Amino acid sequence: MPSVPALVSIALRPLPLAPLQLLLTALLDGVVQQHPGIFERLGEHVGKRIGIDPTDLPFAFVLEPRPGASRIVAVGAILRGTVDARIAGPLAGLIGLANGTLDGDALFFSRDLTIEGDVEAIVALRNAMDDAGVDIVRDASASLGAFGPLLERVGRIAAIVAEKLVLDVRGRQWN
Amino acid sequence: MDAGADAVYCGFNDETNARNFPGLNFTPEQLAQAAVYARAANAKTFVAINTFPRAGDQQLWQRAVDTAVRIGADALILADVGLLHYAASTYPNQRLHLSVQAAAASVDSIRYFVDAFRIRRVVLPRVLSVAEIAAISAEAACETEVFVFGGLCVMEEGRCSLSSYATGRSPNMHGVCSPASHVAYHEEDGTLVSRLGNFTINRFAAGKAAAYPTLCKGRFRAAQTEGYLFEEPVSLDAVELLPALRQSGVSALKIEGRQRSRAYVETVVRYFKEALALLDAAEPMPAGGLVTLTEGQSATTGAYRRGWR
Amino acid sequence: MKLTLGPVLFNWPAAIWRDFYFRMADEAPVDTVVVGEIVCSKRAPFVAPEMPAVIERLRNAGKEVLLGSLILVTLERERRATAELAAIDGLGVEANDMSCLSGLNGRPHAIGPFLQVYNAATAFYFAGRGATRICLPPELPAASIATIALALPNVMTEVFAFGRVPLAISARCYHARLAGLSKDNCRFVCQEDADGLDVETLDGEPFLAINGVQTLSHGCTNLLGDLAELAAMGVGAVRLSPQSCDMVAVARAFRDVLDGRLEVGDGLETLARVVAPARFLNGFLHGRPGVEWIDPVRPPQPTAGAGDRGCGRPSAR
Repeated sequence: MPSVPALVSIALRPLPLAPLQLLLTALLDGVVQQHPGIFERLGEHVGKRIGIDPTDLPFAFVLEPRPGASRIVAVGAILRGTVDARIAGPLAGLIGLANGTLDGDALFFSRDLTIEGDVEAIVALRNAMDDAGVDIVRDASASLGAFGPLLERVGRIAAIVAEKLVLDVRGRQWN
Repeated sequence: MDAGADAVYCGFNDETNARNFPGLNFTPEQLAQAAVYARAANAKTFVAINTFPRAGDQQLWQRAVDTAVRIGADALILADVGLLHYAASTYPNQRLHLSVQAAAASVDSIRYFVDAFRIRRVVLPRVLSVAEIAAISAEAACETEVFVFGGLCVMEEGRCSLSSYATGRSPNMHGVCSPASHVAYHEEDGTLVSRLGNFTINRFAAGKAAAYPTLCKGRFRAAQTEGYLFEEPVSLDAVELLPALRQSGVSALKIEGRQRSRAYVETVVRYFKEALALLDAAEPMPAGGLVTLTEGQSATTGAYRRGWR
Repeated sequence: MKLTLGPVLFNWPAAIWRDFYFRMADEAPVDTVVVGEIVCSKRAPFVAPEMPAVIERLRNAGKEVLLGSLILVTLERERRATAELAAIDGLGVEANDMSCLSGLNGRPHAIGPFLQVYNAATAFYFAGRGATRICLPPELPAASIATIALALPNVMTEVFAFGRVPLAISARCYHARLAGLSKDNCRFVCQEDADGLDVETLDGEPFLAINGVQTLSHGCTNLLGDLAELAAMGVGAVRLSPQSCDMVAVARAFRDVLDGRLEVGDGLETLARVVAPARFLNGFLHGRPGVEWIDPVRPPQPTAGAGDRGCGRPSAR
């Protein structure tokens, strides 16, 4: 399972959570700006706390999607009992999932992604993002300012890694 | 449509369609937009209103029929007799297709629906063999459509209460089977346990491919045996059978997966578009090319081959 | 309210099948009896020779007899058999597949619990084409049953009230599959299991039952405690599906509760003894998962919510 290269991991660590918080908020703002109705598809799952845990990075975040008032919070780790659902996996997989370039079901079935908790909320979020046609890097670049170059670099590397991931998954034999 | 589909099934975002999943489907406005896009792309829009209307709330389903007709759906796919009667008598010129949920698995049942409601096409249940499909296609008074890829129902669709037995929600009444709302996964020392309602459906050892806990695709125990008593978590991939299916007189191939991602839909549609091109050029069919997108990471030709029974 | 004895779903040896019906004719307080092999056409030739004697015995005992049609019709010989059944004169037919309706052509008939009658419009449509009684799909909740029964006062509405409940039908034989065989060369292994073959989860939890091409619940539907509610809704009959236990005792318990001779609590105790070690269920009627048992005598404790969530706060559903 290819992971985000050490270069990027080093570039992101040991970031204290506060600047990371700014980065994530900017990212979320960018996505919501580009796709205004995105979280309306969530129905009863609006406001649920979804823990997103990139296993190859030293932090995680909690997303609370809500039309007009979404929140995203950087945390050191996802603590059980503080979230309604949790998705964990390599960063490349998570970005590919968010962008719709990787099929979520395929990632889950191949055990590259783990999910826990309110499965229906995760399904609803996946469907909402899939419908919106989110492209994390492109959507976020407008509101990024100082983080622009860093995230662009992460995004480019992640895209290369994601493509490698696709080829890797296709090449594997399963019993 | 961009990937080459000739027709696309859509549903409204409520229980009137059998893919009633959270975050999925269309509002009437969105469906109208979709129909416009389809016409420009020279493709057809089929609206699925294929669950069985709840007694006392039939208006919800009838309004769905009204809306679908108003926005110019090329065909409505229905299963309920009462709703078929409503659609056929209210909109005599509207093309009606019979959903697989109507469980019409023989020429005689198909004839009942053709005579009563003038249905123009029937989607055949996934429990029939290619020979049976050919026999039906030859004799049936309407077009036939068969599944070629995606989820595989091993029980006859439309008459299965396994999901409502375990969760209280059924494909017939609510448009969901083994709903995500009743699914739980948890890890025990690397083993992934999948549950539906209060029942363990499967366990996957560390590193082994996992699957969604669709009830009939689980591992169970009976008669001192443990295993996939009903079906393995495989997906249907009938691409190798395309030549036989074409010869059998089938009018349309159906790719299951309205609840799947864009990546999936695009990949599968292109794959079959290419396969059909190969068929036209009389070249051999590819096999197993889409394994990574299948449940449990393996595929089957399902009931189409006789030995399945 | 009337009592109907549903068709025997399991593969009982012909002599046992015949003797069962003889006993039911002589001793069971049921009004209508549905006979016939409705699950697997391969079994039909075995009970066919006993049918005339069974039908005669039942009719002489004052029971109405209906012939049940096959649930899933796919093969040519099944089509022919169903068409012949639909053409029979002098005996009522209970249609379990749309292909049978096709052959009935408007003649009066019954509709079995395997046709999808989920609402009044569909029931009305079928009634308009000759259906005089409809046994509703077991997964219907009380609200739907009441709506349909109320809308069609001239049709006998029937509800599945006792027995392992049919949940699914397939063209694939799961009994054969388990034995490493296929439907074509099954050796009739299903005959070994008089009430179907028990299926458990990997945790050892009783779950389902296999009966050839049919899948049923592990537990036994039991609406004895819900009879008063059903009667109030306008339901005209309840169906008792034969198991290998003492079905005369079952029928008597239902009849006695309906007639006010037996308290529900006592009736449930009797049934529990008769079907031991089976567990009861009535979830479908109450709009819950079918596997659940809502004790009519002792109401259930409020449940925490559907499903078992692996982590996180309890969600406000």
